[in-house]
Amino acid sequence: MTATMQPKSEAAEAPRRGKRTPGADQKTRPRGRGPQFGHWWWALPGIALVIAIHYVATGIGGFFAFTNWTGIGSFKIVGWQNFEAIFKDPTKLGALLNTLFLAFGSVFLGSVGGLIIALGLNRVLKTRYILRTLFFMPVVLSPLATAYIWKYIFDFDGPINVFLTSIGAGDLAKPWLADPQWAIWTVLVVLVWSSTGFAMVIFMAGLAGVPVEVEEAAAIDGANLWQRFRNVTLPAIRPAIAIATTLGIVQGLRVFDPIMALTGGGPAGATETLATQVYKQAFALGNFGGGAALALVLAVIILFFAVLQQRLTRSNPED
Amino acid sequence: MFRYTKLTLLREIGLWALALIFLAPFYFLVTTALKPDSEMYTTSPLAPPKSPDFSNFVAVLTATGNSNVVMGLVNSAIITAGSIVGLIALGSITGYVISRNTRRWSKGAYYLFLIAIILPGQLGAVPLYMGARAMGLTGSAWGLIILYTGMLLPLSIFLYANFFRGLGTDYEEAATIDGASKSQIFSKVVFPMMAPATGTVTIFAGLIVWNDFFTSLIFLGGSANQTLPVAMYYYIGSLVSKWNSIFAIVIVSMIPILALFLFAQKRFIQGFSGGLKG
Repeated sequence: MTATMQPKSEAAEAPRRGKRTPGADQKTRPRGRGPQFGHWWWALPGIALVIAIHYVATGIGGFFAFTNWTGIGSFKIVGWQNFEAIFKDPTKLGALLNTLFLAFGSVFLGSVGGLIIALGLNRVLKTRYILRTLFFMPVVLSPLATAYIWKYIFDFDGPINVFLTSIGAGDLAKPWLADPQWAIWTVLVVLVWSSTGFAMVIFMAGLAGVPVEVEEAAAIDGANLWQRFRNVTLPAIRPAIAIATTLGIVQGLRVFDPIMALTGGGPAGATETLATQVYKQAFALGNFGGGAALALVLAVIILFFAVLQQRLTRSNPED
Repeated sequence: MFRYTKLTLLREIGLWALALIFLAPFYFLVTTALKPDSEMYTTSPLAPPKSPDFSNFVAVLTATGNSNVVMGLVNSAIITAGSIVGLIALGSITGYVISRNTRRWSKGAYYLFLIAIILPGQLGAVPLYMGARAMGLTGSAWGLIILYTGMLLPLSIFLYANFFRGLGTDYEEAATIDGASKSQIFSKVVFPMMAPATGTVTIFAGLIVWNDFFTSLIFLGGSANQTLPVAMYYYIGSLVSKWNSIFAIVIVSMIPILALFLFAQKRFIQGFSGGLKG
């Protein structure tokens, strides 16, 4: 946890091919045969707890994905039946598509918004710290509280529709969250609102590591604002982009709380996501096997994108 | 070179305008919560209350049963504090050992924790629930503290391990020469030095546990012990569009975290931006 970002130059000088060679990304670590501090067995309680809660539980969950268990009594191994059911059921397939749409939509809009605000706040502004605090505020709110505030704003008698009517655009007013076509966009707005500040902070930290001399040199050489951004700033904040997008996607794929509070998955499944479906199948409908199968699909998707993201941003493609 | 120009002033004004739009939801939140029932349905949602009062807050804080907000606050505070203590104790020592050991297993252990960070909790939720129920851990604060500690431990270890990697071993070597034992080195030399990492872990874990809804919904489901988000969820479910009361409880739920944030916002933001860079 150093105060500065990994300098980009390091990656450029010694390009790694996605492979993690041991010790390649460490700053300072004890030399091979140096003194060993602490007893190795001190790590055992932590390792045991993590293996039990994360790996064993996930493994058992993965096993139940291939059974027809209802949560009580005996069960039968049914092979891929649960997965076939997922891809035949339009609700679950819709939940899968909604999940991907919300995750990528919120990451894209949140990152672009966060980057624009971070660039706007970068250097010279007198009130940049107050503004940073204000823009970050939504991030600390609980998703549940956030969802209720926005539920009111999008209510049929709520501020948005009243505002639209008052400026003479009353025919645009609609029950946003109850409209199957618009509900998912409404959810997207809420997710973007609560994640923009997070991306902004990551980008501000990244921008702080861009050497001002290089930017100045580029400016003196006659590079315009866009060229400076494209050729100096953007390459330097690549690690920040990687972190913001990876965390955002993993976060977005799991989205549960705001949906439960905003729409409960409705109207007619229009905002159902994998996480809400897992909850409903496993805990409300008692279909543990089906719920576990859905969760396994979600797990595979999350791991896929997390690994892909690491690959893309680590191998440092020079386009 | 980059000086404060007229253009900068324009940028500053523009960003303030954006911030005001961005924070407009808070305006609706506060003004609506202060409206008594008589005003709620007669005034425009955009208008501030004519005669603001705190009756909604009183109603929310005195509600009993499944929607006991005060009990939810207390439970959430206990569970959050307990989880933070567990995460600091286990996370610091595990992160320390795996980053200071250069044997093969420590590298493996590091990746074990790294992968656990991105494993989605939903897949393990059902078996965890079964296991916790068998051990009598559901429905109690203790059970949730253990669960949260286990669930967030990978993140905590990751933050600590990265902190140690950036930290030289000089102090530990000096302490060894002075004859300190391994446990003395850890408790007297190393642990005090990692206050910044401990702060980051506290903020991350505190925020996640305090705000979490899914885990407490499942593991405290049906019991009389509720955390704040669950109490809030049930309470609001029973209200049906009484937005002034709903917002009173929303404000009550966000005051602790928002107060903490405004008080320690610099640390908060640094924790978020610095803690994750690795």
